Amino acid sequence: MDRSPVIETRSLCIGYTGRGGRRTVHPGIDVRLFPGELTCLMGRNGAGKSTLLKTLCGLLPALGGEVRIEGRALGSYSPEQLAARIGVVLTERTQAGGISVYDLVSLGRYPHTGFFGTLREEDHAAVRAALETAGIAHKAGCHVAELSDGERQKAFIAKVLAQECPIILLDEPTAFLDVTSRLETMLSLRRLAHERNKAVLLSTHDLDVALQTADRLWLQPACPSDGTPDAGLAGPMVCGTPETLIADGSLERFFGGESIRFDPVSRRLVSRNDR
Amino acid sequence: MHRRAYLALAAALVVLFFLGLVHGAVRIPLRDVLQILFGSYEGRDAWQHIVLESRLPQTVTALLAGASLAVSGLMLQTLFKNPLAGPSILGISDGANLGVAVSMIYFGAASYLTTIMAALVGAAVVLLIILWFSRKVSSNVMLLIIGIMVGYLASSVISILNYHASADKVHQYVMWGMGDFSGVSLAKLPWLAGFSLAGLAGALLLIKPLNALLLGESYATNLGVNVRRARVLILVCTGVLTGVVTAFCGPISFIGLAVPHIARLLLGSANHRHLLPVTLLAGACTALLCSILTVVPGSNNLLPLSAITPIIGAPVIIYVIVNRKNIHYFN
Repeated sequence: MDRSPVIETRSLCIGYTGRGGRRTVHPGIDVRLFPGELTCLMGRNGAGKSTLLKTLCGLLPALGGEVRIEGRALGSYSPEQLAARIGVVLTERTQAGGISVYDLVSLGRYPHTGFFGTLREEDHAAVRAALETAGIAHKAGCHVAELSDGERQKAFIAKVLAQECPIILLDEPTAFLDVTSRLETMLSLRRLAHERNKAVLLSTHDLDVALQTADRLWLQPACPSDGTPDAGLAGPMVCGTPETLIADGSLERFFGGESIRFDPVSRRLVSRNDR
Repeated sequence: MHRRAYLALAAALVVLFFLGLVHGAVRIPLRDVLQILFGSYEGRDAWQHIVLESRLPQTVTALLAGASLAVSGLMLQTLFKNPLAGPSILGISDGANLGVAVSMIYFGAASYLTTIMAALVGAAVVLLIILWFSRKVSSNVMLLIIGIMVGYLASSVISILNYHASADKVHQYVMWGMGDFSGVSLAKLPWLAGFSLAGLAGALLLIKPLNALLLGESYATNLGVNVRRARVLILVCTGVLTGVVTAFCGPISFIGLAVPHIARLLLGSANHRHLLPVTLLAGACTALLCSILTVVPGSNNLLPLSAITPIIGAPVIIYVIVNRKNIHYFN
């Protein structure tokens, strides 16, 4: 298996530039994303998981440092080239309610189709395959608005599959799903990574499912919540396989709090008082 | 579904087109109309004159104006992610209106080209203002309200200009301001047709990015769309279509707002691949129908267009708002 990272960051600084000047969310990020692996990005609310994902795929500019995609600087890719390398599933609201699931998934073929976006036979084949893989083929003819939250998530995953990118980034793909769908979605993303050698990176709050399915965890510490976020105070990202991070106590340090601790035996967060 | 929509609209278009030529103060039988159109007519000169010099340009003008406004409305609704956007709501018509008022009152309506250019500039200025605010204001409802306010501002500037202008110029302008498909002579028609068809062709070329924009700007960017460029192209297209129609026909409300909804309901889909052509056809049909309804049988006077378009448009918008929970493209 190819072990060179598909995404690599060097001293990456993420955040926003706005009217109030720059707002750094997290400085000095050094991470590497590998193909064939399911990587889960975890962190508290406001730690900057979405910001990191959006910076990695070029939707937000980096405030410093650099992102390299398959060995080349992110900025050296044209929008079309990038669209064929990285696909995303985001949390934002869309206006796609009025188009069919099939049409939505077809939009994933955007980078592969010509000026008018006409689908050739191979594009239709890719759309059908994506619908099958994501487990939403039975709803292909429905409007996106008719789907439940879980089905909608699957439809957007099918869209990103149809895009046929080696790198897939998903922002909280399991957030609105019930317990069963969560595990199903994660397992299908894991299969995708393993069987098609894709690099899958997703953010999640679900430690249970992440520990069961992820090949690697990225733990993103939050900035101190009080006062102005001081760039220097956010600790470094902690990366590793679930086993290593459990064994070396990183998970306990990351999730443990005054009343909560991580129990390495049951692999769960438990109350300190239950000891 | 889309085949049926195309067929129904094409049939309606043909029927309305000929109805527009037949129906008027004088009723001219279809057979005579056809003979006049094909040059084999040997009857009354007056009828020939009415059909060729008056009804044909009015009908073609309605067709082009309706298609242009409806397509503008659709593009604005997709771009601003707001099903209640439209060229008249966002103040773009008022901008064009102001441009025309300035050119008419200060420079006289000397040439159509001056009027067209003034309207295009007016439309462009309002579009730029809306675009600038769209970066500051994230809520689409707020943006819509800003558009309405800009429209009011343009209207009040027009009123102030009118106050200082001479009476005959004001009268000329007020007549124009009623909205009218009948003011375009056969000689002026190529100007309207040229700009209008260019804008419509441009819109058809934007179908692919318009679809991607349904997913929002982030998804569109991730699919390889140059969102900034797409936005500028859409706005230029909209500006040309709205500007040129306003220059020739005066401000026409509701067609740009309501027709995209009629088209979506007819088609059952928001996919621009079919929605845009269907909107174009539905716009042409709606405007033709409005144009026919302005004719008062037995009278030489036309009802003002601004009295007719809301009768068709307003119920559609109310229906759509009341039923928005059951209409897929709102969700």
